[in-house]
Amino acid sequence: MMSYFLRKLLRLGVVLLVVAAASFLLMTLLPGDVALALLGNDATPEAVAQVRAELGLDQPLLLRYLHWLGGFLRGDLGRSYITQVPVMESILDRLPVTIELMLLSQGLALLIAVPAGVLCAYKAGSRIDQFANAVALLLLAAPVFILAILLMFLFALKLRWLPSTGYVPFMTDPVRNLAHLALPALAIALAEWPSLFAVLRADMIRTLQQDYIALAKAKGLGPAFILFRHALRPSSFTLVTISGLQIAATIAGALVVETIFGLPGIGRMLTGAVYNRDMMLVQGCVAVISVGYVLINFGVDLIYALLDPRVRQ
Amino acid sequence: MTDAGPALLEVNNLTTHFHTPRGPLRAVDGVSFSLRRGQTLGIVGESGSGKSALARTIIGILSKRRTTTTGRIAFEGRDLLTLSEPDMRDIRGRDIAMVFQDPTSSLNPVKRIGVQITEVLARHLGLRGCAARSRATELLTSVGLSLPEERLHQYPHQLSGGMRQRVAIAIALACDPKLLIADEPTTSLDVTIQAQILDLLHRRQKAHDMAMILISHDLGVVAGYTDAVAVMYAGQVVEQASTRSLFRNCRMPYTAALMRSAPNLSDPPHTRLRAIAGRPPDMVLPPPGCRFGPRCDHATDICRNERPTLSASDAVGAHLYACWHPVASPGASA
Repeated sequence: MMSYFLRKLLRLGVVLLVVAAASFLLMTLLPGDVALALLGNDATPEAVAQVRAELGLDQPLLLRYLHWLGGFLRGDLGRSYITQVPVMESILDRLPVTIELMLLSQGLALLIAVPAGVLCAYKAGSRIDQFANAVALLLLAAPVFILAILLMFLFALKLRWLPSTGYVPFMTDPVRNLAHLALPALAIALAEWPSLFAVLRADMIRTLQQDYIALAKAKGLGPAFILFRHALRPSSFTLVTISGLQIAATIAGALVVETIFGLPGIGRMLTGAVYNRDMMLVQGCVAVISVGYVLINFGVDLIYALLDPRVRQ
Repeated sequence: MTDAGPALLEVNNLTTHFHTPRGPLRAVDGVSFSLRRGQTLGIVGESGSGKSALARTIIGILSKRRTTTTGRIAFEGRDLLTLSEPDMRDIRGRDIAMVFQDPTSSLNPVKRIGVQITEVLARHLGLRGCAARSRATELLTSVGLSLPEERLHQYPHQLSGGMRQRVAIAIALACDPKLLIADEPTTSLDVTIQAQILDLLHRRQKAHDMAMILISHDLGVVAGYTDAVAVMYAGQVVEQASTRSLFRNCRMPYTAALMRSAPNLSDPPHTRLRAIAGRPPDMVLPPPGCRFGPRCDHATDICRNERPTLSASDAVGAHLYACWHPVASPGASA
């Protein structure tokens, strides 16, 4: 177990360095001059040169990369060229919203998908299985913004149970915080549970045909015990993989939902930064999102090892 | 099987159909036999002859939605087919236990050996914690595993095939079952391990006066370890007798062909194995007459049109076979 962990950790370090380099190059390789973008097209060459010198853009690429990497490792992603606010500060401001939305939505999605997938695998081909599959297919086909708007219409505008837009930090008021996040999280969860459900159901049906399930039955164990204690773990690999991908995708991909519900998350900030050509902010967001992806994949690898002792070897 | 004493298990006209898109597949078709305590019944036949389906029907682990079972399985006088599922669950693992063919697939790969043994102790004997662990250690010792306490913390992939099958046997014997169904328990093991496992089963059977159904496609295994044998073909029992009688003078041409197809040590090197030509019939649409008819050298019109019933060859009624043209054996009473 320990050597597996160390091996994965070493790989994590290498991947993070590559990710940092890619994030840095992304901005450098983009066409257009930042100084020109800041000063406008009418700027004199002298002014442009001065700004370039101030920003350190006149130094060689490698030096700039090492400088940026040093900052990256210390958690300093530079300052926005436009607002002069440190990029790390802006990101840390928005990150809790995104992380909370990510955890809530994926938690909800799993809360729907796991029981449904287990039940439908156990009763494969039955009415309830057919019904669940039809609902899952319908939701899989519906884009997330439709779900978001429908939920908002129903629960915020018609029933008035939940607020439609806005955000309150968890530390300020946990109840109102959850009330604001409930609909966005549910919208994402409704869009995401069908794929989790489908892979779990398919893997579970295969597991239920294994001899060790027949042996569990021959031991006189009950169906709930067999399903959750014997069959669920060996059936969870694809589920964990997809879940990891979905969590990672929520970091940047919740943009639409964040916009509809007016949540100040990373996705919205990144879009804004792209429109404003705030390259330092874009670069910082990309770096943080990439690190998030890599860390989540690292977590998925660790969960594999927890699920199956054979992986640890 | 004519000896006195009440039967522990009495199977009567048992039929199991699997539902398939093409119609019912007759995996087990009108099987009857009985078994007393301490006795071993061998069931032999080719792959797909319905041996495993019969075993799984008796212990009741086939999906109720995908199969239909009729007939009677009387275990200690109670018909298992009429019992409720919770009642049946109390019998499974406690009174009737099963060992599967391949311990690599019959042990859960993600659960420790200890848990896989203690969960059956908890389920039926209410043993938990230390009591369960010490009983599990005893069981592992009794099936001949060294370092039993360490084994409890290991996973199946950390053991060899033979050790895994010993664990599977320990699980089956955990609650001292009255009937053990061993479905090809040695097929996936090395030849050297096979005899050890069979001896282990035999010893444990004698020690606990346990009845056993030993399923195998290997006549050698069956000859050495059973009191009686039922030969299955295409879901039906085609010959049934005491082991001695069956091996002395088998009457059914299929049994004879099975015996001929086994390699013989006294044959000269490079002797061709006498495989049985053809394939078993389609079990969704079996032939109307004798099911072995299409592959049988002795088949005539009656074999193709009328099904032979399982009937006795002698006055004692101990040697049963289903054949219109039984092979004459030197020892047979004419």
